[in-house]
Amino acid sequence: MLTAIILIPLLGALVVGLLPTTRAPLARPIALVVSFVPLVLTVLVWLRFEGGLLPEQIESLRWIPALGVEYKVGVDGISLPLVALTALLFPVSMAYPLDLLGRERMYYAIFLFLEAASFGVFLALDLFLFFIFWDLTLVGMYFVIAIWGHGDALRSALKFFIYTLTGSLAMLLGILGLYLATSPRSFDMVALIQNPALPGGGLRASLVFLGFAVAFLIKAPLVPFHTWLPPAHVDAPGPGSAVLAGILLKMGTYGFIRISLLMLPDAFRKYALALAIVSVVSIVYGALVSLAQTNLKRLIAYTSITHMGLVVLGIAAAGGVLGGDVEARRVALDGAVVGMVSHGLITAALFLISGSVYARAHTYEMPEFGGLLSRAPRLALLTIVAAFGGLGLPGLAQFVADISVFVGAFAVYPVLVIVSVAALVVLAALFLRMLRMMFLGPLADRWREFTDLDRVESAVLVSLLAPAVVIGVIPAWLINVIDATAGAVVGRL
Amino acid sequence: MSLVSILPELILLGGAVALLPLVLFFPWRLQNLAAHYSLFVLALSGAASVAMLGDPQGSTFFGTYSVDDSAVWGKLIILAVTMLTVALSYQWFDRDKRRGEYYVLLLMAALGGIILAGMTDLMELVLGVLLTSATGYVLTAYHRASARSGEAAIKYYLLGALTNGFMVYGVVLLFALAGTTVLGTMRADLSTADPFALIVAVALIAMGLAFKLGAVPAHAWMPDVADGAPAPVAAFLTAAPKIGALIALSRLVAVFPESQVGWRPLVAVLAAATMTVGNLAALRQEDVRRLLGWSSVSQSGYALMAVVALGRSDLAVPSLLFFLLAYALGNMAAFGVVTELRGLADRSRYAGLSRTRPWLAFVLLIAFLSFIGIPPLAGFAGKLALFGAVIQSGYTWLAVVAIINTALSIAYYARVIAPVYFSAPEPGLAATLGIWARVGAVVPGFLLILFGIVAEPLFHSFFSAQLLPW
Repeated sequence: MLTAIILIPLLGALVVGLLPTTRAPLARPIALVVSFVPLVLTVLVWLRFEGGLLPEQIESLRWIPALGVEYKVGVDGISLPLVALTALLFPVSMAYPLDLLGRERMYYAIFLFLEAASFGVFLALDLFLFFIFWDLTLVGMYFVIAIWGHGDALRSALKFFIYTLTGSLAMLLGILGLYLATSPRSFDMVALIQNPALPGGGLRASLVFLGFAVAFLIKAPLVPFHTWLPPAHVDAPGPGSAVLAGILLKMGTYGFIRISLLMLPDAFRKYALALAIVSVVSIVYGALVSLAQTNLKRLIAYTSITHMGLVVLGIAAAGGVLGGDVEARRVALDGAVVGMVSHGLITAALFLISGSVYARAHTYEMPEFGGLLSRAPRLALLTIVAAFGGLGLPGLAQFVADISVFVGAFAVYPVLVIVSVAALVVLAALFLRMLRMMFLGPLADRWREFTDLDRVESAVLVSLLAPAVVIGVIPAWLINVIDATAGAVVGRL
Repeated sequence: MSLVSILPELILLGGAVALLPLVLFFPWRLQNLAAHYSLFVLALSGAASVAMLGDPQGSTFFGTYSVDDSAVWGKLIILAVTMLTVALSYQWFDRDKRRGEYYVLLLMAALGGIILAGMTDLMELVLGVLLTSATGYVLTAYHRASARSGEAAIKYYLLGALTNGFMVYGVVLLFALAGTTVLGTMRADLSTADPFALIVAVALIAMGLAFKLGAVPAHAWMPDVADGAPAPVAAFLTAAPKIGALIALSRLVAVFPESQVGWRPLVAVLAAATMTVGNLAALRQEDVRRLLGWSSVSQSGYALMAVVALGRSDLAVPSLLFFLLAYALGNMAAFGVVTELRGLADRSRYAGLSRTRPWLAFVLLIAFLSFIGIPPLAGFAGKLALFGAVIQSGYTWLAVVAIINTALSIAYYARVIAPVYFSAPEPGLAATLGIWARVGAVVPGFLLILFGIVAEPLFHSFFSAQLLPW
């Protein structure tokens, strides 16, 4: 089942990519149908899910026994919500209208390829396999930004590629550090979770931890490794940004849990405070810098840094101290995972909205707009919901995440939490300011012909925001799945 | 000792020697058959090599020549490179008056590389280096009328004559110190040798091998040959001699007692310098062929990492062989695309290749991604094993240098990929060479993907490969 989730989009990518020129119009329907299949499969996986410390529904195959490499996939309570997020976000992003510059086949092939690779990252239970999928997402996203981006797309794409590949190479050193410490040598993640290869927080464990931390901090991204993010987002096409923010950034925070927390628990405890401080700096920095933005997409990009900082704060708190307050740390970890899902849904929606705005106005500058509420009520309504989601209004998913992380982390790092809460107030102000600049006030003459969202756009945004509302109102179904693993993880530390 | 143990070499030698009188007397229109004939000879030699894979590993002819699996794999990789070169050459030399003799030289050059890969005696080291060099100069200058080809050959020759001369002095000195030229027995004799003389000998020999490898400080010929030599020759000369020389170097370092000669740090520094110099020089190239030449220098630097790990990590030999295989295929694929585009060098002329020639563009992309080490391509498994080997040997800093270099290298590979994929095609389709060259480019591209995914049989064999005299 899990293998099919990876394989079906991959085969779809091949089929779409190799369509003859005369059949190019088939690319879109084929791609959309193929990309929905994993969503159905994910629901089945969800229904069969039981939960526990170790991944389940494992499928494995000997691959390169000489090196100790296996093909091995499985899910736990941390990865399953992210798999579901991937399964939802990809089809709707692909459905979102975009000027494809006459390269439909390549566009849909790359998106399906990216979808397969993203599933692979979250499902992989072998470090070798994990690394393969991790790098493939970079290659795919590089092409998306470079080909269908705008502005200085080539430069932004290259910056993205070099930055994140440097991170992944640092991770490769970390992987080798773990690999060389196993006996017999293997890349098996389940075995590494059961018996961490580098117990104690010695020099070697610290260096390995550092390698992984650099990779994940770049990917997430947190300050000071975030500088690739704003240009990449601003110049990427809307659906590309949605996938980048919604899925690819999550790989950084997912890695912190899957590898740093689970495989290097002692080193993690040693450096948890440092990680928490970095995350709070990111929270504050992201919020303050967003405040200075007039570019809509740049603003959303910086709020991403705040939200991802919040997720990392939850993770750092979960692995922070020995014993005591198990419940609080468990809540923090639950909140971190909910935060990933919520940020994925809401930020993807916001980026798609910016894409729609750009398609109509060819600018992201908010001061140029105003009064769009009368011209585009559907756009306004959906943006308002998404923005309220972003600022953490109760009743929406982000609130569940914020409150869980804060409550949980408060037991571990009270001062840091107080600082972060203050930053969230800034976030609220700037989202409200964004709404005012875009939708209220007088309508400028040049926007008299501004068209509202069409049916596909509206349907896509609703399908992203509806789950955010559902999670906000009844979060139990999601938190139970997360907690089944998070509880065991924190309990073991 | 039996002649059967050197059957692949004998086939190659006999094939080349028999071809020479044939092409001297055959009419010109039949000389194209020399390509078919060479493919047959190479395949025959390859079949004889494959048959040796199961045999007991050891040495032959009184310990002077090795028949271990490292030698056999070296042969196979070089033979594959040569076959691909023949495919690239067939239409390239179509109108050349002396296309027959070309294949004689090519076969002899391949033989030189193979002797290097199997050498366990200093005399054979000299033989292999000189055989690849002498044929290499002529092959580089094969377009007599082309000034660029001549210039590249002169540069190649001057540097080669100098470094080969150094090397011969080094060999003589080593012989004087050890009283033997056989590597297997040399180690014991060298343990009491004068350390200063030994260091001089090592340095002199290192110069000769660095030249073959395209490693610092004798790397300067590589971009010139890549740019000036006929494109198929450039493909061959940036791959085949390097494979032989790396395996030869790996064998040679075994005899130097580490207590007297710190060759490990020396090779590590050379590796770091080579990859850095190659990458920095490639950064600003507008000429795709020069860029490939510099990238080939940097790849030599990565390959030297395996030498650093020899004897300290069980990953050293597998990583060396796998990396060489991946490098050779990537190199043939990239130069294959260049050849199929009739030696196109100007970066801007590659604009829109992904739309006009999607398959060639894809092969080029695969080759570059494999050079960078993007999984699941063959280059990734090679680099992974290399990094593992040096980390295990206590040279983590070298792995870090390699990683910084890898990140740096993306910049120039992207400078070629960007026009190929992101620019609109210019009017006027780029001219191509023909079906032989196309096959010669696409096959290694396909193998890069295949060997990245189906790596087990290769690694399985590489792990059991001995590398005499280790």
